[in-house]
Amino acid sequence: MQRIRFRLNGVETDVDADPDRSLLDILRGHFGMTGPHFGCGANECGACNVIVGDHAVAACDTPLWSVADKDITTIEGLGSAEKPHPLQRAFIAEQALQCGYCVSGILMSAAALLMQNPNPAGKDVRAALDRNLCRCGSHNRMVKAVLRAAAEMAAR
Amino acid sequence: MTTPAPSPSTPKLPVSLAANPVLSSWVRFSPEGHVMVSPGKVEIGQGIVTALAQIAADELDVDIGRVQMVRASTAASPNEGVTSGSLSVQQSGRAIRQVCAEVRHIFLKLASDRLGVGITALEIDDGTISGPGNIRTSYWELADDVSLDRDATPGAVAKPSTQRTVAGSSVQRLDIPDKVFARRRFLHDSPLPGMLHGRVLRSEFSAAKLVDMPEDRARAIPGLVAIVRDGNFAGVVSETEDGAEAALKALRKGAAWSASESLPDEDRLAEWLKAQPAESTLIDKKTASPSGEKKRTIRRQYSRPYLAHASIAPSCAMAQWTGDRVHVWSHSQGVYFLRADLALVLKLPLENITVEHMEGAGCYGHNAADDVALDAVLLAKAAGGRPVRVQWSREDEMSHAPFGAAMAIEIEADLDAQGEIVGWRHSIWGNGHTARPGRAAQPALLAATELADPFPRMISTNPPQANGGGGDRNSIPLYDFPSWTIESHRLTTMPIRTSALRTLGAQGNVFAIESFLDELATERGEDPVAFRLRHLSDERARDVIKSVARRANWKPDQQTGVGHGLGFARYKNTGAYCAVVAEIEGTEDIRVKRLTIAVDVGETINPDGVINQIEGGAIQATSWVLKERVRFDRQRITSNTWTSYPILRFSEVPEVQVEIIQRPDSEPVGAGEAAHGPVTAAIANAVFDALGVRVRNLPITRDSLIAAMELSS
Repeated sequence: MQRIRFRLNGVETDVDADPDRSLLDILRGHFGMTGPHFGCGANECGACNVIVGDHAVAACDTPLWSVADKDITTIEGLGSAEKPHPLQRAFIAEQALQCGYCVSGILMSAAALLMQNPNPAGKDVRAALDRNLCRCGSHNRMVKAVLRAAAEMAAR
Repeated sequence: MTTPAPSPSTPKLPVSLAANPVLSSWVRFSPEGHVMVSPGKVEIGQGIVTALAQIAADELDVDIGRVQMVRASTAASPNEGVTSGSLSVQQSGRAIRQVCAEVRHIFLKLASDRLGVGITALEIDDGTISGPGNIRTSYWELADDVSLDRDATPGAVAKPSTQRTVAGSSVQRLDIPDKVFARRRFLHDSPLPGMLHGRVLRSEFSAAKLVDMPEDRARAIPGLVAIVRDGNFAGVVSETEDGAEAALKALRKGAAWSASESLPDEDRLAEWLKAQPAESTLIDKKTASPSGEKKRTIRRQYSRPYLAHASIAPSCAMAQWTGDRVHVWSHSQGVYFLRADLALVLKLPLENITVEHMEGAGCYGHNAADDVALDAVLLAKAAGGRPVRVQWSREDEMSHAPFGAAMAIEIEADLDAQGEIVGWRHSIWGNGHTARPGRAAQPALLAATELADPFPRMISTNPPQANGGGGDRNSIPLYDFPSWTIESHRLTTMPIRTSALRTLGAQGNVFAIESFLDELATERGEDPVAFRLRHLSDERARDVIKSVARRANWKPDQQTGVGHGLGFARYKNTGAYCAVVAEIEGTEDIRVKRLTIAVDVGETINPDGVINQIEGGAIQATSWVLKERVRFDRQRITSNTWTSYPILRFSEVPEVQVEIIQRPDSEPVGAGEAAHGPVTAAIANAVFDALGVRVRNLPITRDSLIAAMELSS
């Protein structure tokens, strides 16, 4: 057991836990945040992606100790129905999903991309999402939605 | 299946409504001003809940925002069997349209009596019924005086297509905001009060026997509630998910399993399929005096491997016992069927079991959703009345869930002196494509085969042709050949577990037929589009082919390393028409650049929903064709991770263009499975166009290209 401090969706937070536990287990099991989804447990699908600093990482493969003093953003911190992130608005506008299980991880990969590259081309979006798996075949709509969000953010 | 339109003299209820005739089981008006619509079909990411809400909103003349869709549960919902086969719009949609038409008429009649004006003088706007002189009432005002606890009658007439305003438009899906804002909607994300976590111990070996399982290490893990063992079924229950994982890991370390059954040689799969004991069925035979005399026969063999459903979410379920009654939360495609199987295993009456649907990830057929429900029920027995949530591992999901069946398909064509087709024989070898729960005297659930008092593994069967067929789905040509013989050889052994995967056998059969037609056209030096049109009299079939050819500028000039190919089918020969032109590039690693698609689904309830389904199906089919093959050695499935079972990634996804051919007065049919067969064939034909190499064994990978080149040289 160890006390680990970090900022979770902008709020100073700490947790007493085994530092080797995965960030995903802490987020879902301890904080009850069910936005990041378990898909594989091996950093192979992206369903659990969250942003640490300004990079998208697989929470299932991120030990708790490695996020000490870091900024963590989950889908819960990205936006809400009342204050949606442009990506969330764009995914609705483009109807960019089918089952939607992968989408919380994909939104976080896309948000990290837009932090680093506010004006991506289609191929940049595909490269940024390449480690996220979607089984329903909604890829092209998602790429379109990310480009739409980028355009909206640039216009502001 | 498309049911012929009933003649006016003998109106009949839609099939789902005939089975569940009570109006109130489908539609109710809530005191809060909502319309509660309760279908027996479930949301599996296909947008069905939205399409059904559109139909209800239109027929009742209410804003779609007032329509609340009730999740299916055996406690109250109409029993519509399983959500599969692209039948939800056909079955549930027709039933809901019919119910709403009758409900509307019942309320209009009552309003007419109350307001003292004729029905024809009344109109309905967002549920408010009004007439001349500002008289008005509403569904909700009248609801207490109307009993909908009565059977539907066949006479009610739905609106003509020209008067529909909601159905036919691209309404935004009702479930998408929840998913984008991560509001709890998935079963996986919906903890119950006091919930425990369970995990099941399974060997990587197929059908292994659990010889020894020391428990001391697992007992030492904090939070452990119970270790459950019943024959070869074993699992843990813990206060926390982390604790359940740790206890499972501890159990696994000590567990000893005995040798398992032997799996086939994955490199000689087609030969193996053709050598197994099988039940042979004549699927169809057409005889006519041939227009020409047979001069020669061409024979080709095609195959596809086992395919995994490979949902992004591992299967999950929750169960809670109260005395001898159990409540189950499941993302099964058929809550009533699952309940029937649970009753068989538990030896309980049906009324002791409630199965309630909650959404999971897309399943694309019969994956482990039902299996994990039994796992949860068995583990929850040891939970002292607390609910238990069980989730499979990625590895178990990819190795213990049923697979889509591997197929070997042989087609022979008799040609006359002019090279015209005068005879056609199509034979299929493979396991059955359905071992769904709830259909037989024995359960189909995995854990049922593992108990100390086990049930045998259910051998997959094929639905009859009247229901679209299974391994033989789409094996009967839609083309006007003078004669044919279609045979299916369903294996009666099943070392690798198979059940329903999207399209059942249609993907394999369409791949074979459309590849073979391309080979015959090439042999004659005839354009593949012209060749197909010359053999097709069905106007809707001709229209999708002509449309896609026009849109893809068929046929673009030949360029090195680029190829174009066509594929066509009418799903199940009774459903959606779909034609595809694929553009591919590459010489060793094939990349699909573009898929141009024309589709005819009859009446389109939600055009964007149809496009979404076709795009998704096309991309998934591209993944099947270029990447997917369940791998195994003689004892175990080895493709149990995303590394060993790769699927198509963002950088590999083709551009997809979809054109819908409007048929507002034709029966609406599903779109979810229409594209897979035509896309598969179009890619294979495009590979031949680019490289002159005919790949007859899926998937089309660097290895299979080399093998095909060696075969042809």
